[in-house]
Amino acid sequence: MKRIFRINYLFIFLSIGCFQVNAAEKVELLKTDWSFKGLFGKFDRASLQRGYQVYTEVCASCHSMKYLSYRNLSEKGGPEFSLEQAKAIAASFEITDGPNDDGEMFERPAKLSDKFLMPYANDKEAQAANGGAYPPDMSVLAKARSGGVDYIYSVLLGYEDPPSGVTLDEGVYYNKYMYGNNIKMAQPLSDGLVEYIDGTEATEEQMAKDVTTFLMWAAEPHLEARHKMGFKAILYLIILTVLVYFSMKKIWSRIESEV
Amino acid sequence: MSDHEYVPKSKFGKWFNDRLPLLSLASHLTDYPTPKNLNYWWTFGGILTFCLITQIVTGLTLAMHYIAHADLAFESVEHIMRDVNYGWLIRYIHSNGASMFFLAVYIHIFRSLFYGSYKSPREIIWIIGIIIYLLMMAAAFMGYVLPWGQMSFWGATVITNLFSAIPFVGEGIVNWLWGGYSVDNPTLTRFFTLHYLIPFLILGLVVLHIWALHVPGNNNPVGIDIKKPSKDTVPFHPYIVIKDGFALLMFMIVFAFFVFYSPNILGHADNYIEANPMVTPAHIVPEWYLLPFYAILRSVPDKLLGVIAMLSAIFILAALPWLDTSKIRSAVFRPLYKQFYWIIVADVLILGYVGAMPAEGLYLLVARVATAYYFIHFLIILPVLGYKEKTIPVPLSITEPVLGGFPNPSTVKKKESIN
Amino acid sequence: MSEKKVERRDFLFTASYAVGAVGVGAVIWPLVDQMNPDASVKALASTEVDISSVEPGKSITVLWRGKPVFIKRRTQEEIDEARAVKLEELKHPETDEERAKNPEWLVMLGVCTHLGCVPLNDKGDYNGWFCPCHGSHYDTSGRIRKGPAPTNMEVPRYEFVNSNTIKIG
Repeated sequence: MKRIFRINYLFIFLSIGCFQVNAAEKVELLKTDWSFKGLFGKFDRASLQRGYQVYTEVCASCHSMKYLSYRNLSEKGGPEFSLEQAKAIAASFEITDGPNDDGEMFERPAKLSDKFLMPYANDKEAQAANGGAYPPDMSVLAKARSGGVDYIYSVLLGYEDPPSGVTLDEGVYYNKYMYGNNIKMAQPLSDGLVEYIDGTEATEEQMAKDVTTFLMWAAEPHLEARHKMGFKAILYLIILTVLVYFSMKKIWSRIESEV
Repeated sequence: MSDHEYVPKSKFGKWFNDRLPLLSLASHLTDYPTPKNLNYWWTFGGILTFCLITQIVTGLTLAMHYIAHADLAFESVEHIMRDVNYGWLIRYIHSNGASMFFLAVYIHIFRSLFYGSYKSPREIIWIIGIIIYLLMMAAAFMGYVLPWGQMSFWGATVITNLFSAIPFVGEGIVNWLWGGYSVDNPTLTRFFTLHYLIPFLILGLVVLHIWALHVPGNNNPVGIDIKKPSKDTVPFHPYIVIKDGFALLMFMIVFAFFVFYSPNILGHADNYIEANPMVTPAHIVPEWYLLPFYAILRSVPDKLLGVIAMLSAIFILAALPWLDTSKIRSAVFRPLYKQFYWIIVADVLILGYVGAMPAEGLYLLVARVATAYYFIHFLIILPVLGYKEKTIPVPLSITEPVLGGFPNPSTVKKKESIN
Repeated sequence: MSEKKVERRDFLFTASYAVGAVGVGAVIWPLVDQMNPDASVKALASTEVDISSVEPGKSITVLWRGKPVFIKRRTQEEIDEARAVKLEELKHPETDEERAKNPEWLVMLGVCTHLGCVPLNDKGDYNGWFCPCHGSHYDTSGRIRKGPAPTNMEVPRYEFVNSNTIKIG
């Protein structure tokens, strides 16, 4: 048994090494308590729904979410809007479909099976409309930045006046947590910017937290299922390991007594 | 192969076995006499077989949904993660499985280094193992390209550019590898093809690896030749099977933690950004299991020499059975080698660490010292040690150390041929 | 004493095998289920078709769930022919009234029930459809009359959203 523990030390050492590699060279990020962290972590439904509201009212005018469909909004483990609500949300967007029998593209209200409406026709248009900076797609953003949700949360709240001596180009803002501290996105959130349907007070921190939670779900829609299955799988493995351990002791006792 | 001729009991069994001796093979595998003192470091052979099969099965199922096209690869991976039934599970097992595979293979290799398993008469087993390791690196590298994220793209660019170091024909070779003037769709499709092929080559080599193992039989912690079958051995089934099974389950618990609770910790965030040939990520890092070699590559200031150093670091291992001149296998009886062994372990870990750091300042200096030591260990220390080292007397049979817990020089008989 | 030992051993081994077998089963299921229709395929369950331009006696073919659907605007003659057939004559007895709620419009999957080929329109011995693969003849209601196909062509779930639009699925 001792030897096995040594193997695990090696594994622990390796994973700590990886953490350090990822964590090096960064400013301390803002922390908040995420409900989806930990062995039994789950999304906060209400927060996801508010987060969708922030996304659609604030972010969606520049940032696409091309891998999400309206049906996802009512799927299990997500914001869990009712089917009717999700249909109504979808129908509030006009998307381009076609070609029809005459070979023409046409507009129609979106259906559950449609992907989220894109703010720009293509990347070039997105760049042109944003002073050359391409607003990244947000579908997997929470996994595509080291620091993950903490980083996104921090950037959303990290706008401040540049320190003396730092001059910024036009259309560039100072952000404490952004790599290189220069960001081309103007401060997106301010107190009371959206009016939450559920009556929650829309403070800057609240909105940042909600929309970041929403982004985490968007990037990892099966997170809850994964946590749930993981608990079962590991519990199962531990039970089987114990059974096999005693079976092994029994079997080996045959020869150990012989010698 | 077997020490006794197996005769099936049933008439049909005998008829079948005379034509295709599968039952003889099964009997050989179950009765295969194994040293009874194998410790848990020996269970990684079985664990590696599990890893290979897991990678093949999950890989096959992923290939049913993955699209090897520069415009669709990233999207198809997202499709797997979002829409395919259990797609997220299968992909996370596959991507973390690569890391677990390398974790196990490194333990397997370092076990061999500690107990001298590569020495006569097991040189062929060792060399086949090195080839498997090389193929694993190729498969892992090409597999990492398939999601077509930023790290995929730039990793592929950097690694294929290594070939441009070859004088005169380098550029031609790189264009041939790419099928164009940059890493692009033709590169992706051929990498997918080869990524699909290599695991089956590995599977074939694993059969040879085990076949070659079953000729002399397992080495053991004491490192002496044993009579088979004898009091020193146990039949493979059930003794080794259950022990391997137990160790495998422990390994699977670690595996499951990664898959279910931190599936992206071993990967790099940049690979969730779709490949963009116009922008290189700030800091290109290969997967952790390739870092030591990456550090060796970067520690040499010359392009061609750097590539040569990196490749030598791997190929030097194939010559190990002849570089190590000591007649004693196990480090248990080699007090000096044992210390150098832990130094080379630390050296490789240090190389891995600096491989992940920017190649500048102190990191570069450390990388250079560690690289130099790596080669000194294999080319100078090991050959000299075989002649100079005063070893501890080796027991004649493994029954005694098993009884005594650990070999006690005063109770074991001296073997004359040793130094 | 030794008997008790044997019992405990047997229980241990049986339990280990049983628990192990459950695990193997649990691992196989995701590997099988990944081949089932995925969430994005299931979401594309219905399609709407504009039928305003279909002349009597003509038909259009639309794609639904990757399969062709025949939408035929039948003439009075064809309707009469379909409704005159006695049930005893049919291999797969179904009345035309059951198959076409609105007699003018016949909506069915254009897939031969033999082995899945697409039958040809206005062909065969019964003025309906004829499958060129293995020679199945269908009548003006899409019912099998002659040949190897075992059943009538399938009528999917559909509804008239308005007089010009059919929603299939």
